[in-house]
Amino acid sequence: MIELHELTKRYGDKTAVDGLSFQVPQGVVTGFLGPNGAGKSTTMRMILDLDRPTSGRVTIDGKHYGQLSEPLKYIGALLEAQAVHPGRTAYNHLLWLAQSNRIPIRRVDEVLALVGLTEVARKRARGFSLGMGQRLGIASALLGDPEILMFDEPVNGLDPEGILWIRNLMKRLAAEGRTVFVSSHLMSEMALTAEHLVVIGRGKLLADLSMAEFIAQNSRSAVRIRTPHPEQLLDALATQSITAEAGPEGSYEVVDGDLVKIGELAAASGITLHELSPQRASLEEAFMQMTADSVEYHAGDALNGGVTDAAGAAGAWGAGWQPPAGKRQKKQKGAN
Amino acid sequence: MGSFPAILQSEWTKIRTVRSTVWTLLLTFVVTVGLGALISLLTKNNFADFTKNETTPFDATTTSFAGIGLGEIAMIVFGVLAVGNEYSSGMIRVSLAAVPQRGTLLTAKSLVIGALALLISVLTAFVTFFLGQALLGDHHTTLGAPNVLRAVFGAAVYLTMLCLFSAGVTAMLHNQTLALGVLVPFFFLLSPILSAVPKVKNVAHYFPDYAGKQMLTVFPTPSEPYGWVAGFFICGAWTLAALLGGAAVLKRHDA
Repeated sequence: MIELHELTKRYGDKTAVDGLSFQVPQGVVTGFLGPNGAGKSTTMRMILDLDRPTSGRVTIDGKHYGQLSEPLKYIGALLEAQAVHPGRTAYNHLLWLAQSNRIPIRRVDEVLALVGLTEVARKRARGFSLGMGQRLGIASALLGDPEILMFDEPVNGLDPEGILWIRNLMKRLAAEGRTVFVSSHLMSEMALTAEHLVVIGRGKLLADLSMAEFIAQNSRSAVRIRTPHPEQLLDALATQSITAEAGPEGSYEVVDGDLVKIGELAAASGITLHELSPQRASLEEAFMQMTADSVEYHAGDALNGGVTDAAGAAGAWGAGWQPPAGKRQKKQKGAN
Repeated sequence: MGSFPAILQSEWTKIRTVRSTVWTLLLTFVVTVGLGALISLLTKNNFADFTKNETTPFDATTTSFAGIGLGEIAMIVFGVLAVGNEYSSGMIRVSLAAVPQRGTLLTAKSLVIGALALLISVLTAFVTFFLGQALLGDHHTTLGAPNVLRAVFGAAVYLTMLCLFSAGVTAMLHNQTLALGVLVPFFFLLSPILSAVPKVKNVAHYFPDYAGKQMLTVFPTPSEPYGWVAGFFICGAWTLAALLGGAAVLKRHDA
């Protein structure tokens, strides 16, 4: 288990990570979310003892990273793609890594096969695409068969096929009972894979909760109605004590409204409807609101902030989101 | 703490699996041997012209090592690349994640670099010497002559120390391009020029390359401020200081 305690990193007078304390739960995918520049990568580098904290500490299974003997057997990390000498072959890159931690050499071929790089194993990394570099980085993370895996923005710059591959890989790793800690700046991506969420903004902790809780707290549903006769409609709704708020583009919205009931009510009153549709606020909107104003936010406030009409931009690209089926989450839990 | 032999093996794999290792070491050999052979041949054919103003006896050993000043540049580049490619490729983070004991990592790396450099340097020194002597004909010397065997080994130790010095400086600068930009002009231009300038040369005579070259001298020169033993220790001190400095920076610096 990774534990952070009051972890702080300052560069000059700029604070990149500010008193961060949380634990990465075992055996699940934990999404580490925050806008670009929130301090995710710095935090991950401090976990690996690459960057030295200004104050606070971080432990892996109770130990400081530097105290781990052969650390690749405890924790595997993908920090950035292409952290490979361009003139060295994929096989040789994994070979020196394996040797340094006394990992059996057969693991090199195993992980190459696992990430689908067997055919280019003897090719120099110089010619690798971003996706291939990412796969090689993941192969190095998996080399020591570690219990904990850490990926920094693994889907960045990948094509849809690569994104799907990484998504499935993370789920599979968690299903095997491993701890997966993955950073992203996209809520939509996390919603598909993560079971737990840690959200930071400007180096501060904004939220640390399960995905289910996040969804429960942030997914407001509403029924959107569009009609050429709004007054009649509002009166009809009022008879049933239903209140509608003005929505975008002349529409009306009933928060937590019952689609069937409203439809039948309109029909009974003979009101023409041009639209009667269920609306769901996207998690992306909730995330954007949570992080938009990071400085003034605390974990509690952020969660209670709720999702009202989100920023236009957020609505445009997050609107297609659908909450993951409860089944999938249960299956993941069951597998652990 | 991980296993030290395992880390050594890993560093050896790193060094043998990139092309720059092969070509820089090959270049050191070819340039030192080739240039030495050429100058030896020219000296033999123009012996009277070349030696008419000399006050000291003819030094056949030094003549065969005339190419070392250029060959050392390739060795310096090897030292820089062996450490610097970790930084230029971002691989240093992967290396440190695998071996978080930074001092141990640099020690293993330096041992591997030093051992390989010494091996190639000894080979280069002896081939240079024998080929040079063969081409000098009647003017040649032998390993059995006073100080000659020491001078040949001195040449090998000199190259090895410069290589490790460069490796240490690269770790201190943690930047391959910067290290090349500093070290190559320094050893190729600045140090030779400064050691010829009056007054400044009193300082320049304590630079690692000037001090190290004293290990190659066969006939003691009264004009030199110190002998080969002092030269060995001065050059060695520079090398050790560079490596310790590199370790200090590596330990403290965020990767």
